[in-house]
Amino acid sequence: MKADDQKRLLREMIFYRRFEERSFEAYMERKIGGFLHLYSGQEAVATGVLEKARCGHDYVITGYRDHVHALKAGAPPREVMAELYGKVTGSSRGRGGSMHIFDPSVNFMGGYALVGQPFPLAAGLALAAKHKGTDQIAICFLGDGANNQGTFHETLNMASLWKLPVLFVCENNLYAIGTRIDRSSAVIDQYKRVGAYNIPSSQHDGQDIDVVMAAARTAIDHVRGGSGPYFIEFMTYRQRGHSMSDSNAYRSKEEERQWAERDPIKIYGDRLKKAGILTDKDIADLEKSVLDEIENEVVRFAEESPEPRVEDLNKYCLDDQPNPQWIGPLVQGDQHG
Amino acid sequence: MADMAYWEAIRRAHDEELAHDRMVIAMGEDIGVAGGTYKATSGLYQKYGAERIIDTPISENSYTGIGIGASMAGLRPIIEIMSINFALLALDTLINAAAKIRYMSGGRASCPIVMRTPGGTAHQLAAQHSARLARMFMSTPGLRVVTPRGPLDAYGMLKSAVRCNDPVIIIEHESMYNMRGEVPDEESFRPLEGAEIVRAGTDVTLIGYNYSVHLCLAAADKLASMGLSAEVLDLRALRPIDRDTIRRSVEKTHKVVIAEEDEAAVGVGAEIISVIIEECFFALDAQPVRVHAADVPVPYNRLLEKAAIPNADDVLAAALKVLGRV
Ligand SMILES: Cc1ncc(C[n+]2csc(CCOP(=O)(O)OP(=O)(O)O)c2C)c(N)n1
Ligand SMILES: [Mg+2]
Repeated sequence: MKADDQKRLLREMIFYRRFEERSFEAYMERKIGGFLHLYSGQEAVATGVLEKARCGHDYVITGYRDHVHALKAGAPPREVMAELYGKVTGSSRGRGGSMHIFDPSVNFMGGYALVGQPFPLAAGLALAAKHKGTDQIAICFLGDGANNQGTFHETLNMASLWKLPVLFVCENNLYAIGTRIDRSSAVIDQYKRVGAYNIPSSQHDGQDIDVVMAAARTAIDHVRGGSGPYFIEFMTYRQRGHSMSDSNAYRSKEEERQWAERDPIKIYGDRLKKAGILTDKDIADLEKSVLDEIENEVVRFAEESPEPRVEDLNKYCLDDQPNPQWIGPLVQGDQHG
Repeated sequence: MADMAYWEAIRRAHDEELAHDRMVIAMGEDIGVAGGTYKATSGLYQKYGAERIIDTPISENSYTGIGIGASMAGLRPIIEIMSINFALLALDTLINAAAKIRYMSGGRASCPIVMRTPGGTAHQLAAQHSARLARMFMSTPGLRVVTPRGPLDAYGMLKSAVRCNDPVIIIEHESMYNMRGEVPDEESFRPLEGAEIVRAGTDVTLIGYNYSVHLCLAAADKLASMGLSAEVLDLRALRPIDRDTIRRSVEKTHKVVIAEEDEAAVGVGAEIISVIIEECFFALDAQPVRVHAADVPVPYNRLLEKAAIPNADDVLAAALKVLGRV
């Protein structure tokens, strides 16, 4: 990988971290409502996997911890932030919020709140790509907890049976809210659970973006090559609570400290420094430029954007411009028995 | 005009839509090689192949979800659920996803799926195969719910549902698949909205949907032989409800009976009576009466089942009651 790309990747991860931390601040100021699930600590997974995908072309779908996946897929940061603010300029026009970022213009097909629901939706996107004969793949990011849903088993079975071009990315951050994985999954290594469905799978360090990218390359080539689905598990850790009201009482400070040492931005930054690609000053400059961009372009846009109009409450429920040929009105007297 | 069975009308609609648009696919349990539990997809596997007529494993929630995902990427899946009872397993992908995706994406994504499923009591199938559940779907914003009563609507509404950009639930009925009726030879469509006056009358309005329209028609015949003129209104669509046609009929007859095969609580009749009260309360000359199933899981025993499910005589009795004849 070229040095410029390495610098870009580091900046992206710093940007995503700052985006999340800034939204935390806005939440505290009550400018963002509802649930807010932050991705801090897991950046190397979405960034690394999607670096190896064809963003804008491939379909990407995930759960409610979705900001960074949307951003890396190509959703404009200002629109994602505006969505968190509930503004009409937001990715989902203020109708979705943090958990439901959508940007079909770059084939980011949504964030979903129902744990495990994106599994079949992803397989459906893959089915469509296969049907249309494109070389698109669908990439589904979900947490470890989602694997306990029926949709995991049902979808893996059908995706394998029909050789669908779908990559399942399991972001194993060890917890489903406050329940540790060994208390919810009879098999701890998630990639082993896939064995029943004749799908290749593997497990990797999710904190080192170079490892993530190498693993993603193999998996994506497999899927795009027409060999059917692949399941890839990354071991990672969320640095913040599950959502905003989480006391983190279920995990130890020691565990948090150990994982903080394995911060993906730190790992990658140190590597680039060691390789002589960046200095401490360069990194400080990157951080400064990220801070400026987020403040001046992203947050300002969200703050200055208008709210949706209350008159538009009923918009988007159904197709707002339906073809009367399919909908009606019905002509009375056009009778039958 | 061709005389055909309800199931043949559904098959013809599939066939025409599959031929018209390569993005149309059908999926469900036993719909392909086996030809469909009610023959509604028979022969299509041979004609269109395994890629478009997809036999699914018994995984209702996830194959519905796969259809939804595919529809978001441009396909037009017709999803068959073998019985509406099994649709309960698919409520997550249907109600939490398909019905909400357009809205929560601010109109940027859509799910043009069709879900077809028979929802009614047949003969002694007992409690787990006799649910009706239309009331559950009709209460969900983001869906369209239609209930074709005969071959013409079964054909034309399925065709419209495939072309429409919203998720459409088509509720069929086990006891209607062999019912016959006329369908034009040339291609045609039937609208997904609008109640229909199936029989004009002046003394009382009998409102039904799906199979219960036939109970209303039979009751209307008997009323006619007694010199009473009943208007029969087929709701056709349970979501959205055609308030205007209901109001106009009630303003004409001033008396209403609603026949539903489902239990009454939080049901179709309850909703229609609310509509009438909101639209034209002062047009009513008598309390509306609901004809509905007994408030129990449907029993197996023939006599008990018969007692649990409304029939044409029940509609007749209700009509005589609102007409003050008993
Ligand atoms: C069907 C469903 N059940 C329960 C919940 C509540 N819930 C939200 S997130 C979550 C934990 C999911 O954990 P995991 O899949 O590991 O993802 P993570 O939050 O760790 O990224 C639960 C139980 C839900 N949103 N949906
Ligand atoms: Mg987790």
